[in-house]
Amino acid sequence: MHLAREEEQMLNGEFGAGAQKAMELLVAIGDAYDAEKMIPISRAHAASSGQEGDLYFVELLADGGAKCRVPTSTNPVYDIKYFHRLFDVPKDEAEVAQKVMKAYKRVGAILSWSCVPYLSENIPLYGEHVAFSESSATPYVNSVIGAYTNREAAQSALAAGIIGKTPKYGLHIKQNRKGTTLIDVSASLRDEFDYTLLGHYVGKTVGYGIPVLAGIREPPTTEELINFCAMSNTSGAISMFHFPGYTVEASTVKEAFQGDVPKEKITVTDKELRGVYEELQTTSEKADFVQLGCPHYTLKQIGKVAELLNGRKIREDCPLWVCTSATAKLLADKSGYTRTIEKAGGHVVVDTCIDEPCWAAFKQKVGMTDSPKGAYYRRFKEVRVARLQECVEAAVNGKERRRA
Amino acid sequence: MKTFLKCHRIIGGYGEGEALISHEPICFYLTDPKTGIVREKTHELAGQNISNKVLVFPSGKASSVVQIDGLFKLASHNLAPKAMIVKDVETVLIVSAFMAKVPLVDRLEKDPFKVIGTGDMVRVDADNGAVTVERHSLQHSHAKALHYTAQSF
Repeated sequence: MHLAREEEQMLNGEFGAGAQKAMELLVAIGDAYDAEKMIPISRAHAASSGQEGDLYFVELLADGGAKCRVPTSTNPVYDIKYFHRLFDVPKDEAEVAQKVMKAYKRVGAILSWSCVPYLSENIPLYGEHVAFSESSATPYVNSVIGAYTNREAAQSALAAGIIGKTPKYGLHIKQNRKGTTLIDVSASLRDEFDYTLLGHYVGKTVGYGIPVLAGIREPPTTEELINFCAMSNTSGAISMFHFPGYTVEASTVKEAFQGDVPKEKITVTDKELRGVYEELQTTSEKADFVQLGCPHYTLKQIGKVAELLNGRKIREDCPLWVCTSATAKLLADKSGYTRTIEKAGGHVVVDTCIDEPCWAAFKQKVGMTDSPKGAYYRRFKEVRVARLQECVEAAVNGKERRRA
Repeated sequence: MKTFLKCHRIIGGYGEGEALISHEPICFYLTDPKTGIVREKTHELAGQNISNKVLVFPSGKASSVVQIDGLFKLASHNLAPKAMIVKDVETVLIVSAFMAKVPLVDRLEKDPFKVIGTGDMVRVDADNGAVTVERHSLQHSHAKALHYTAQSF
């Protein structure tokens, strides 16, 4: 990869040890892809996680005096002060999380602690070159917004935020954004939950590629798209997709493939989605807790939870949690949603995620969630995955109607 | 029989060991960080140990956060694979290998799934873009048998 003078200097350590380490990683990536050069980016999202690998790299940069050159937002970790009074969080894990949060502050990141920063804290525009890690964020900004990002890791996105540049390869080049696999969708997609099942199936089946989904009859909602992104990039490595007619870069299937003939064609019917649904259940036992908000619930989704819980009471032996961003929570507070949920006995928590060690108290329990992604990581003994309505019913009555 | 193959260096270094083939993408987070055993129940390698192996697989998978943490944790317990040979390289996997300091190569001059079998002795010299494969057909069939046993559980 050709390096400009300043990039050479960074690699040689003339801008400090932190910038040097960031540059080393970007150069390794650029060389791996035979990138010709680096290009400027306007923003980045580092999928911070509060785990050991995360800490190692961000501290390396912070200690080396690195600072973000472009706005760089952060992913959920957790606020130990909040969880301290609720659960016994393992001390060593809590220490790692706190150090991570401090280190991101030291490198000058936007402390959003949100996995959906593209909705409010750090929004790319159409055509912007960015470096966005996080499973829903990468495909969302590529496909829904039409910004250009590769499937970044937390560290490569942070390195790009520090340097303000990324190697020019992959999805930064228009020709690489064409479809690889045609997915003919005849399954009925009634709500967000069906989109998560669809995402799971597509990710698992395609693995690595750019699926083009044809046959979707109704325009998807923001939340449906978020769920499709999160799931397809978890069960597989889907950095981008096209829903011709709905996503920005293709209005027809032909346009999505940029004139190419699809290499593969897959059909998704209700049967495949039912199959995914069955596969996700690890038990049919009664739920001990309900966990919502993976990815972080939007204000609209929090409103829906409030509507379902209005005037009702959650069982004491089945606590209900909603994870969201600080921004959405602020508006949920103002809109009265938080109060309604809390009155019913539920919790709305910010800055964290289902996959953080702060939920250690639930480790030996049966969890229920509307997020197959949350279930995938198995921080709990057993998991049931169901629609939001059924999750809420489980928390209130202890039973729920099954509707596959 | 020894085969020499050119390859493309992604993360430099040298690693040698017994080959372990996975036709499915791998998520390192779904391995036990204290043993290296794959604990993803539906995975082709479920129940098998990836530590100190030369891992041959098509690509990485799963959310970026967990993939890196998974390999980093294995490496901090000295249980990472000795080297990795992949078909489709992706950024998350490059970062994982960078952080865990595991040699990573792609673009073998022949299809790695055809020229390498589980149990073969493989040397990956990423810095010089070279892979050496020593076929151990007996071990190969033995590993295959083990594989089927593992699957039948």
